[in-house]
Amino acid sequence: MTLKSEPVIVNVGPQHPSTHGVMRLRVAFDGELVTDAEMIIGYLHRGSEKLAEERTFTQVVTLTDRMDYVAAMTNNQAYILAVEKLAGIEPTPRGVWLRMISAELQRIASHLIAIGFLMQDLGAMGTPLMYTMREREDIMDMFELMCGARITNSYHRPSGVFQDAPPELWPRLEAFLVEMPGRIDEYEQLISGNEIILSRMRGIGIISPEDMINASITGPMLRAGGVDWDIRHQQPYEYYDRVEFDRPIMDESDNYARYLVRVYEMRESLKILRQCIDQIEPGPARDPEVPFVIRPPKGDAYVPIEGPKGELGFYLVSDGGISPYRCKVRPPSLLNLTLLREMVIGLPMAAMIVTFGTVDINMGEVDR
Amino acid sequence: MGTNFLDNSFFRNIYCNLSKSDDIRCSGGGWLGDGILPAGFEWLAFLITAVVMAMVLINLVLGSVLIFIWAERRLLGRFQSRSGPNRWGPYGTLTPVADAIKTMFKEDIVPTAADRWVFNAAPIVMMVPATMVLAVIPWGTGTFLADLNIGILFIIAITSLSTFAIVMAGWGSQNRYAMFGAMRAVAMLISYEIPMALSLLGVLMLAGSLSLVSVVNAQDVPFILVQPLGFLVFFIASIAEINRAPFDVAEAESELGAGYHSDYSGMKFGLFLNAEFMATILSAAVIVAVFLSGGRGWSFIPSQGWFIIKMIPVLFFIVWTRAAWPRMRIDQILTFAWKGLIILAFINVAVSAILSFVWPDPTMRELWFMVAINFGVLIVSVMAVGAWFGPQGASAPNMSHGDALPRPRPAGQPSGGDS
Repeated sequence: MTLKSEPVIVNVGPQHPSTHGVMRLRVAFDGELVTDAEMIIGYLHRGSEKLAEERTFTQVVTLTDRMDYVAAMTNNQAYILAVEKLAGIEPTPRGVWLRMISAELQRIASHLIAIGFLMQDLGAMGTPLMYTMREREDIMDMFELMCGARITNSYHRPSGVFQDAPPELWPRLEAFLVEMPGRIDEYEQLISGNEIILSRMRGIGIISPEDMINASITGPMLRAGGVDWDIRHQQPYEYYDRVEFDRPIMDESDNYARYLVRVYEMRESLKILRQCIDQIEPGPARDPEVPFVIRPPKGDAYVPIEGPKGELGFYLVSDGGISPYRCKVRPPSLLNLTLLREMVIGLPMAAMIVTFGTVDINMGEVDR
Repeated sequence: MGTNFLDNSFFRNIYCNLSKSDDIRCSGGGWLGDGILPAGFEWLAFLITAVVMAMVLINLVLGSVLIFIWAERRLLGRFQSRSGPNRWGPYGTLTPVADAIKTMFKEDIVPTAADRWVFNAAPIVMMVPATMVLAVIPWGTGTFLADLNIGILFIIAITSLSTFAIVMAGWGSQNRYAMFGAMRAVAMLISYEIPMALSLLGVLMLAGSLSLVSVVNAQDVPFILVQPLGFLVFFIASIAEINRAPFDVAEAESELGAGYHSDYSGMKFGLFLNAEFMATILSAAVIVAVFLSGGRGWSFIPSQGWFIIKMIPVLFFIVWTRAAWPRMRIDQILTFAWKGLIILAFINVAVSAILSFVWPDPTMRELWFMVAINFGVLIVSVMAVGAWFGPQGASAPNMSHGDALPRPRPAGQPSGGDS
């Protein structure tokens, strides 16, 4: 005799502790195992792309802050690079270095959030999260010194940054660079070798590099699958061709690889930061000749950058007016999420949550 | 009247003050005089004494729940490099009181779809085992409610009742998350009762009795030394039985919201919370009584004091595991019970049986021999079971934890090929 059973359909989200915002997953469970998953997004849609058409090119910077709100600096950077290409503005060297410093600090902060909340998804009772938030607090304080804001920075401007970093920043940054490698070692001691974490993350959520390339997945997720693709290296923007850094690659393509790649990228970001401090030159942080209201010529521009979550870019179309005719975002979070269904089918519920966590999404960016 | 209860000094002190019993142990009455109640009212004295003792013990444990909640939150704060609660009262000691008041005044919501009887009964059923277990725990020399001759069996039987409460809560809520939590809890609790009961067999062979008082009296050498393997299995199994990290899958907040008590609010939720913390304290008490020689110790501290002093490191360790470790997955937890703990418990039973056959009535010297042998058995068996069953076959078959961990390679280098 066979027992009659039917799948249990559970709405994971939009109000759920582990959906990293307001994501909703309709999941069919057979016992503990996921048999099907449907992703329902849009709960945080604010129409940022449409709003951008109503604002001047400089005002749109504030909208980009609110897309990936744990990595506002890189969003600013991606948008500003597109504007500069569109309008043909040449940034000042000091402005570029400051943009790189802020972007790399932001990358560390974003990876800290990713790791901390991943551990929260694994049920680690907040300890790793508190540790990572402690370091993120340092970075936020440095952002506060740079631009007065902590989350929604709006720091970058066409031709540079909004203001030069104050002299108090440099000792803080120096102390951070000295302290942070030990802190990363601390996470690794707490997390990387933990037997429970290994057994819950290794060999789970595997996805092939071919599938990832077909789905245009980028960022640490792709590099954890053995594909050497880092836009900072392959298509250098700003002054990334003047700094030396490694791209950590792993071949496992499982949850553990995605976690570990992020840890190692934080170390590489520290290296980049050190070189930026050594190479930064005095001068104006922005070009005072560039007006507030920019009127780029007709045309379009797209500059991809390596955001903390993957390839991030703004496709801007100008009709010669003061605001973009069209502003299309390439959000890495959304595109990295596209294969989630294939990744979680067949996994237990707990592993589904962890897989979802290692993708490292931000709903502000997914829904925009 | 009876004979046993007057051996209990706690009971005797109250009873002899009240009644004009002619028992030899009550000669001269209590310190209040030769009995307050007139002759013939011994039954009333007995009743009053019993109620007083039950109230005192239950309220002491409930009070210690408040202290434990505060201590756990402070400790977790320290573990997580933050200060923890520090607003209400000195060092935040009144935070649990504020929480309790808040919980009592919260609106009590019963979901429309819920099975009202089952839903409302579940928190009460949850409290029953937690309060009943404390009857048999010897909190010190002569400080216990009942010296049952089946004490350990009683504890194992009563604690398994909490499974009912969890199923009732999960089923009665008509909530899928709650049902998930309840199903996980049942699978886990049933699995872990077996190693828990088996790990106590070695203790029983040494003590020759199921009574917790006799077990404490038998511990000339604490059984944590004589039965290290039994202690290890019992400690892990009891952490699982009380649903604490890393075995807190039943209320895994990152997966199930709050698990089986997702839909509870107000004081019903408070009862669940209270029962869980009581269970934690009581399991620490059982560990102290069975493995850490109860209230025995040098006489400059009263035995009740020793008992509490020994409970503190046990509770600290439970909080420490919660702070340091992530949660295990439910299938891994079950694998761990069936392929790890039960085998270890059987090894312990076999070794203890052989040892108590060789030394039926061990002297001090023979007990220390047992300590040496059992520690050897502990190391060998844990390593052997870990080697044979350790790699998590359930999650990734071709994965061996013995290998070096994978590390990222710098870009440009080809992959090692062995991945």
